[in-house]
Amino acid sequence: MSNQSTVAFVRREILPPAPPPPGQAGVVKWMRENLFSSVTNTLLTILSIYLIWSVLSAIMPWTLNGIWAAGSLSECREIRDARGLESAACWAVINERWLQLLFGFYPTDDRLLSSLFYADQLAAAGGLEAVFGAGSNATDRIAFVNAMKAELSNLTIFFFGYWRPLVAVLLLVVAVAPILYASLPRGMLLFSLAYPFIGVFLFWGGSVWGPVMVALGIVASLYIGRFVAAGYGMLGGGLAAVAAFIIIFLNPLPFIDHGGLFPLLPHVKGLAASVIPLGLPAIPSDQFGGFMLAIIIGTSGIVLSLPIGILLALGRQSNMPFIRWVCVTFIEVIRGVPLIVWLFVASTLLKYFLPPGSSFDALLRVIILVTLFASAYIAEVVRGGLAALPKGQYEAADSLGLDYWKSMQLIVLPQALKISIPGIVNTFIGLFKDTTLVVFVGLRDPLGLTNAIRATSEWNGIYWELYIFVALLFFTFCFFMSRYSMYLERKLQTDRR
Amino acid sequence: MSEAQTALAERQIDRSQMTVSDEIAIQITGMNKWYGTFHVLRDINLTVNRGERIVVCGPSGSGKSTLIRCINALEEHQKGQITVDGTTLSTDLKNIDKVRSEVGMVFQHFNLFPHLTILENCTLAPIWVRKVPKREAEETAMYFLEKVKIPEQALKYPGQLSGGQQQRVAIARSLCMKPRIMLFDEPTSALDPEMIKEVLDTMIALAEEGMTMICVTHEMGFAQAVANRVIFMDQGQIIEQNEPKAFFNNPQNERTKLFLSQILGH
Repeated sequence: MSNQSTVAFVRREILPPAPPPPGQAGVVKWMRENLFSSVTNTLLTILSIYLIWSVLSAIMPWTLNGIWAAGSLSECREIRDARGLESAACWAVINERWLQLLFGFYPTDDRLLSSLFYADQLAAAGGLEAVFGAGSNATDRIAFVNAMKAELSNLTIFFFGYWRPLVAVLLLVVAVAPILYASLPRGMLLFSLAYPFIGVFLFWGGSVWGPVMVALGIVASLYIGRFVAAGYGMLGGGLAAVAAFIIIFLNPLPFIDHGGLFPLLPHVKGLAASVIPLGLPAIPSDQFGGFMLAIIIGTSGIVLSLPIGILLALGRQSNMPFIRWVCVTFIEVIRGVPLIVWLFVASTLLKYFLPPGSSFDALLRVIILVTLFASAYIAEVVRGGLAALPKGQYEAADSLGLDYWKSMQLIVLPQALKISIPGIVNTFIGLFKDTTLVVFVGLRDPLGLTNAIRATSEWNGIYWELYIFVALLFFTFCFFMSRYSMYLERKLQTDRR
Repeated sequence: MSEAQTALAERQIDRSQMTVSDEIAIQITGMNKWYGTFHVLRDINLTVNRGERIVVCGPSGSGKSTLIRCINALEEHQKGQITVDGTTLSTDLKNIDKVRSEVGMVFQHFNLFPHLTILENCTLAPIWVRKVPKREAEETAMYFLEKVKIPEQALKYPGQLSGGQQQRVAIARSLCMKPRIMLFDEPTSALDPEMIKEVLDTMIALAEEGMTMICVTHEMGFAQAVANRVIFMDQGQIIEQNEPKAFFNNPQNERTKLFLSQILGH
């Protein structure tokens, strides 16, 4: 021990680091510090343990004694009484109706199901065309399908009857993966770009030429824009791309007749479809439903609202008063009105603004509204990130000669978005849960379907089980999003010493 | 004398390349700037020849930083004319971008990009502004990182480096754009005394190669050793300018005398 009390002191050797004394590390220390540090804390700990125990002891028997096999609620109750249980969940409703909660009234592929599993009966009934073809009798067909489905298990119907939404969602995962995880091959991003068209085709069906034409139209607009940009700069190129887009899709030119939202396309599409007729049975949006609906609205809203929100945030910071004013107005107006009001506005008012005769898909309408709504919030979150960035970063980018878009793309946004990750994901989680609001404009979201299930005589009076199932579905997705945001924050943390 | 000054005094400075040519690098005539109604810069006239090493000093708030920030248009001036390398600064963005890619700038707080590695910090502007191929940009970056003596840090992030190292990276980052003029805005003010020397060493090496430099700094040792002209500013005006020897030994203006007595007096 060196004596440091004298005025002159020189250390001759540097002390090596030593382990902490016993009792100052590990579980015991943690418990002592966090659970039993004082009399009050000890009491609170005991009280909390008691509360947790009493809640669990009420819920767990009900959950774990749940009845999985029953045809109706009354059957469930008989089984419960026979077993002499005080309370038991009737999970049978989930067991029987989970397909409906996932897909709503989206039709199954009955042709595929019957030709895979009921080839004999199909042959006896006169073959595929006799049952499902144009000349077949609808009553016979429904009877055939019902008899078939009554024998097939829900899992079989899930995998083969609903193969279209299933493949679409699996491909969605493949498309989203390279965006979420940078370690995946970059080539996969090409698939991500193509996915919107593949997804639309699988979900909605119809001629394959519809989505193909739209994709080609967008590519053509972009090429025209790029071509013009080479001669007239970014702004000219952008305007040309937008003009080309409008001519291809919205067609304001009088010499081609009007009709529908995509007027130039039907002609080309009709031609292509007559040469190579390729497609799936078309399924209109009003048959979409269940959790699938939440995924469609949620992912489209998330994917579209991020870029729009970023542009709005940049616009709000712009030096150009007109752009700033437009962005501020948009953000404040959208944000100042509840989403449900916008959904009603979209379902009623929008009709007056569109050309007569053009019908606007209910689901598309909702997606646009949800996107705009979320983008206003994203814009404000990103604005916070932009404001948190030191001015020196902008100046350093400027002083190196980077122009506005490059300094935004390379310097400002990567950092601002990193700061904004928690807020952005928060908005996305909110958006995803808000998709349940579409029940009020007539779309069958999972919550709306619980009402439909309860309206049947078998399951009248059942509440908790359905709500718990829906809650778990949403929780799984939202929990993944929140975990992913934490992973991303850790991964991007480069400024730690 | 401070530690850094002692270190400077010990260094042998190679003056063979330190030549001032007749070619004009920067010409500022009748330049005025206001922040709102506050008159920050008043009637600035300054001609900088190629190869000159100018030190700008003065009390805080005297407008020295604002002056050099006007040269690469980080700040807009309201009156007068600034011509850099034959390009006159106007509101035309093309001119501004042209000047900025020719003029390097080093900031007090380094302003490295924290989300990019040291190497990426150095290659970013050459790749995106000068359209240099990535490999070539990386070679150039490593050349300059070696010059500022930190090639081994190339793959780290700025947050992992000390202040002095960060500032040397910032200098290397500017040099990667092959600028013809370098501006230094108090490059050592945010550094620990031990780190000031390494940054000043880098700056001296740059001067030895004949770089045109304008440095806002309070390192009077640096001014005496390297500068061929010292400018003193107060209240937004150039009060006095002279060769370093005459400036330090025989200041003319009362304000200059007071300033020098305060910073050299202890």
